Amino acid sequence: MKSYLKTTAGVVLSATMATASYGATVNVGELQGFTGPLESMIGAMSGGANLAVTEANASGKYLQGTINVIQGDSVCIDAAVAIAQAEKMVNDDNVMAIMGPNCSGNTGAVITNVLVPNGIVSISPSATSPALTTLEDGGWFFRTAPSDARQGPVLASIAMARGQTDMAVTHSNSDYGKGLADAFVTAYEAMGGTVTVMAGHDDDKADYSADVAALSAGGSATLAILGYADTGGRGIIAASEDTGAFSDYVFGDGMISEVTSSAVGDGSWGTLPSPDAALGENWKAVAAAGGVDGSGVYSAESYDAMALIILASQAAGSTDRAAIQAQVLNVANAPGIQCHAGKLAECLKFISGGLVVDYVGATGVEMDAGGTANGSYAEREVIGGAFTDVKIHK
Amino acid sequence: MSDSIDIINAFALLTNFVILPALSYGSQLALGALAVTLVYSILRFSNFAQGDSMAFGTMLVILISGYMISKGWTITGFPTAILAIPLALIGMAIYLLLMDRLVYRHYRKIKAKQNIIGITASIGVMFITGGIVRFILGASAQRFGDGERFIFSVREFKAFTGLEQGIAFKTSQFLTISLAILLVAFLFYFLQKTKTGKAMRAYSDNTELALLSGIDPDKVVQITWLLVALFTTIAGTLYGLDKGFAPQQYHLLLLPIFASVIVGGIGSPIGAIAGAFLVAFSEILLTYAYKKFLIYLLPLSMHPSSLVQLIGTEYKYAISFVILVIVLLIRPTGIFKGKVIDGE
Repeated sequence: MKSYLKTTAGVVLSATMATASYGATVNVGELQGFTGPLESMIGAMSGGANLAVTEANASGKYLQGTINVIQGDSVCIDAAVAIAQAEKMVNDDNVMAIMGPNCSGNTGAVITNVLVPNGIVSISPSATSPALTTLEDGGWFFRTAPSDARQGPVLASIAMARGQTDMAVTHSNSDYGKGLADAFVTAYEAMGGTVTVMAGHDDDKADYSADVAALSAGGSATLAILGYADTGGRGIIAASEDTGAFSDYVFGDGMISEVTSSAVGDGSWGTLPSPDAALGENWKAVAAAGGVDGSGVYSAESYDAMALIILASQAAGSTDRAAIQAQVLNVANAPGIQCHAGKLAECLKFISGGLVVDYVGATGVEMDAGGTANGSYAEREVIGGAFTDVKIHK
Repeated sequence: MSDSIDIINAFALLTNFVILPALSYGSQLALGALAVTLVYSILRFSNFAQGDSMAFGTMLVILISGYMISKGWTITGFPTAILAIPLALIGMAIYLLLMDRLVYRHYRKIKAKQNIIGITASIGVMFITGGIVRFILGASAQRFGDGERFIFSVREFKAFTGLEQGIAFKTSQFLTISLAILLVAFLFYFLQKTKTGKAMRAYSDNTELALLSGIDPDKVVQITWLLVALFTTIAGTLYGLDKGFAPQQYHLLLLPIFASVIVGGIGSPIGAIAGAFLVAFSEILLTYAYKKFLIYLLPLSMHPSSLVQLIGTEYKYAISFVILVIVLLIRPTGIFKGKVIDGE
């Protein structure tokens, strides 16, 4: 909270200073779940977003004026509240774009009811549902967090590259497990892999021997476990090791944990969303200098979401909502001069100087045509009983 | 996998995934079912608290064995949990006798003989017991087995026999089957040969006559609870060693245990054991996918492409229900002609 206050104070301070020199004020919305199920994470997320604003204002290189953040509470679980807050930002505060919202459910509602009818951009740092990819958003919605569905194809391509052409798949009976399994199996089969059995498992059972017996009946010696390391996944591994049903395992991000690596033999592997190490270190340093908790979940994605709005507006040379929309992917993606977190001043200068930039930011932002960050995934292999990064997949 | 018919590998596969697991699961159920049948014969009610009592006994074992491990009081390679059973047994017996004093004795005194009153009281005890376990150990699953996990593992078996399919024989399976045999032998000896056992049988057959002939009813009840404590603690510990401990899982065990008791004939110890193995084998045989097994046995042209699984594993508990319904419809007394539960 202290660091959050500090950032907010910094925003206000720099805002007043910059106002003196430019006069014009530009509103940008920050629609986050300040209360509700994500409230414990929002301190660091809001800190990240406001850090980008502070940086831009302090640089004096943003040409449209001084950025003023209009905060709104999306409460995360009540779509009506989120819509009302977004409407207020769009119509009363005349924001140029919105950073947020957070939760997949009310993000969908805001897209349909506010973004599309009003024609305004929003960039969410944390809505990861695959369903948002196919939702009709008119191109107004972007996100700096990768979709859960993205990990499936990454897993599938690594498996094929490792020559694992057949496996049984088990997933946790949850939205996460089911979504990831569907994405994985679709991609894997398209690449020529064979799924011998696919079955869900319930978490928090004591006994998984029947599940494992059924999975092994397909004949493959490899098992992909897309679930949770501390509950169902752990039970599946225990039952499999007891009966010798499988010798190799493939893991989704929920399984990457010491509990898992200590239970299986070397050579099993999995993937975990993770920027490459250098970017991570850079973000932590930038965040710490700005008084923000850089290890907070989605704090880096929040910084990137806000920075992209500012850079897109700079590239558009205006605060016009449609002009901003047209520039988001241009600044987010290659080619161009790479801009990292903490270097917004430089980046703003490049853009106003007519150069093309590729915003890398805190997380290595690179978006697909639908406006969802590709994210990068670490391929981790169990070596000597511990998960070790062997490669970063972009 | 070879194209020819391969009976040995098929048998090894079935042993590893069906026969050994069902034998040990059946033994665990049998011990729990014997406890239920004992309570039913002597105290005349169906003890719904059985599953949660097993969780309580296992909790004691987990706590005591944890302490023993921290003190280094272990035998290399041997599960400490088994060493902790005698102490846990004392705690379990105290708890059951306390519950009898606080709850069940009252209904005996006012001569409420209906099964339904005992059942209702035991449901109350079930919730309290389950609550205590969750309060002390939490609701999440945990494993407490230490020592050597396998008598022989799949890899050792394969290296020794050269077969394609391996068989693992877990320490917990070995302990389950051998302890179950010992306990059952003890129970039958006790009931048939000892004076106290004969008194219990007399009390069960005809309570009034037994009382007239000078049998002390309080003693019979206490001995019954001691036996129940013995079976409950050991059944719970063996199940936990074999499959892991989770309070909810133990609570749900009530269903297969009751199915076993009723299938075998309630009040009949032999029936409880037979029923337990019937339920265990049905659950595992019906949910196993036979694809690999059939591939070993059938010529190439007849290899199945589907999994050949009769029922999904998530319906495991439904099998107990179905068995219960069938037995109650066709032979309400059970295979070994136990008593009919009719509310009296």
